[in-house]
Amino acid sequence: MSIGYERRDIDLEFLYYFGDVFSPVSFGLLLLGTIGGLLLGATPGLSPTMAVALLIPFTFHLQPVQGLILLGAAYTSTVAGGAVSAILLKIPGAPANIATTLDGHTMAKQGKGARALQLSFLASAVGGVIGVLLLIFLTPVLSQWALAFGPSHLFWLAILGVTVIGSLDSASVVKGLLSGCIGLWLATIGFDDIMGAQRFIFHPALGGGINIIAALIGLFAIPQVLTMFAKGRTSSAAEVIEVEKHSIKDAIRELVRRPRALTIGTVTGSFIGLIPGVGGQIAGLVAYDQTKKFSPEREKFGKGHSEGVIAAEAANNAMVGPSLVPLLTLSIPGSPTAAVLLGGLLIHGIFPGTDLFDNHPDVAWTFINSMLIGQVLMCIFGLYVAGLAARIAQVPQSVMAAVVLGLAVFGSYSVQSSMGDVYVMVTLGVIMYFLERFGFSAAPLVLGLILGPIAEANFIQGSMIAGATDGLGAYFLTGTLNIVLIAVVIASILYSVWMELRTRRYISKEEIMG
Amino acid sequence: MSTSSLPRLQHVCASGLVAAVGVWVAWISYTQQPSEAFLFPRLISTVFVVLALWTFFKALLGWTKVGHGLGTHEMANLLPGLVIALVYVFWAAKALGFYTAGAIAFFILLSLYDPAPHREVRTWVRRAIITAIYLAVMYGLFAKLLKVYTPREILF
Repeated sequence: MSIGYERRDIDLEFLYYFGDVFSPVSFGLLLLGTIGGLLLGATPGLSPTMAVALLIPFTFHLQPVQGLILLGAAYTSTVAGGAVSAILLKIPGAPANIATTLDGHTMAKQGKGARALQLSFLASAVGGVIGVLLLIFLTPVLSQWALAFGPSHLFWLAILGVTVIGSLDSASVVKGLLSGCIGLWLATIGFDDIMGAQRFIFHPALGGGINIIAALIGLFAIPQVLTMFAKGRTSSAAEVIEVEKHSIKDAIRELVRRPRALTIGTVTGSFIGLIPGVGGQIAGLVAYDQTKKFSPEREKFGKGHSEGVIAAEAANNAMVGPSLVPLLTLSIPGSPTAAVLLGGLLIHGIFPGTDLFDNHPDVAWTFINSMLIGQVLMCIFGLYVAGLAARIAQVPQSVMAAVVLGLAVFGSYSVQSSMGDVYVMVTLGVIMYFLERFGFSAAPLVLGLILGPIAEANFIQGSMIAGATDGLGAYFLTGTLNIVLIAVVIASILYSVWMELRTRRYISKEEIMG
Repeated sequence: MSTSSLPRLQHVCASGLVAAVGVWVAWISYTQQPSEAFLFPRLISTVFVVLALWTFFKALLGWTKVGHGLGTHEMANLLPGLVIALVYVFWAAKALGFYTAGAIAFFILLSLYDPAPHREVRTWVRRAIITAIYLAVMYGLFAKLLKVYTPREILF
């Protein structure tokens, strides 16, 4: 237990908080988050980001660490749970599971569904544990490094968070960055912190600014609800493939016999997770592609090869832990779901970085440890709830849409018992749905909304320092770290523009070739 | 109107609206006082306007490649659900009470989008049972577990 703890070795600090995960409430929430996440993850249309966003109002009524345990468990297991519907229904539960469908569903059709599921959960657990270990050992080092950051660096870091996700997570770089700008603007609505002046308050519901939880729920849940409505009266056409009995020992032996797929998946996922803005979808597809390239049996890929499932699932779960490294150290979420987790931290008044590890080490380490244990629980329960999860995945979209709408309304109201929050939630959600139809995306907008106050506070603080010293330009645009951060901002935008042009050229070529 | 020109017109309208919001934000940021309070909004709104106008002109010239717009079939499917959701949130939740309005909205949406045939009595009974379960779960979760006091008004 953490009581009476003295810091001896920062690398092993997490061990002192291991016992806290096993307190009845924390462990109960971990179990609840894991099983609930597996079931939600298996449901097509309910993305991990939306699942975590819908859970945030419930965490508001819990202790910060308990809330984070619930969110972390849901995040981890929704990614793994998405493999169930990918394998048994050929519908990826989340974008991260697209690569799993390629071989997983073929295996299921060949009567190897249980083996595919067992391999996917085992590979997810191995990848996930290594990813969380990376989180454990990299986070303290980076958070100490972040101590050297002044207001100008923190301002650029916040801008970097918005531009990286805006440019890498969107189909159009300009629209991604524009979405980020809209988010930054929304963050300024309300009363100014320093002068107390009213800014953009055009409705009484906006007097206190935009509530982050209401905005998160609206931006991620309502567009999904409206997407389901737009499909009309559709039945769940997918047929669940029945799962045969298969020995878990055989699955473990097979996993051990395939170290190449497991290693490539884990390494690729961990590396991609560290890059802010690049999600699990990319991790799974890149790992699948690399494993195929290095495999002597590459002709078997796509025809029900177990290496395809192992590589994809190891990768998409290995990215979960590292995607939290930039979040917990520098406040830059590595993925849209990590952005929602940041919202979950901020509502409890906890700021990532040194504040988190110096002032709330119990919260930080218990949360990280719970993710480690959550990987094991996810593997154990995943195998048992897979059948049930596949049935839940067949729930008609009409029921799903109505349930999510109800949860969104009740959830956003419950935070402050304010109808204003419900109005803001629905308004933002409806606008976001229409914006998404025209190529805008929610992730950079959310990042702008979350990082906006951090960017503004540091910009104002920096402006005051600059006024007393060398001037605004010299303060924000010179100095090694400022230049490095600005260069990274520009590089991420240029890289995304290049990728966008390359993809378009490739698509045009494909169209010409017919 | 041809089907190919419809998304283009939609893109022009959508990006035009975003650009208008950008210009409005910039106008307020640069004209409102005290100027210190609008320093950061000025910075953002400048970038906002530049990007929004760039997107608008791209849409005008037909260069927009991302986003499929909204087809008439999708719009027809979406509209009833959207109207019910908006009536539920902006009027019924407060006027009728959170749980009553929630249950009514749930039942209507379920019936509207359920692919099961409307003529069968069994279908309606099933929908009523699902709505009752939904209501019980929401009440248990929010009223009993989280102790959230919701507007009750006419009913509950």
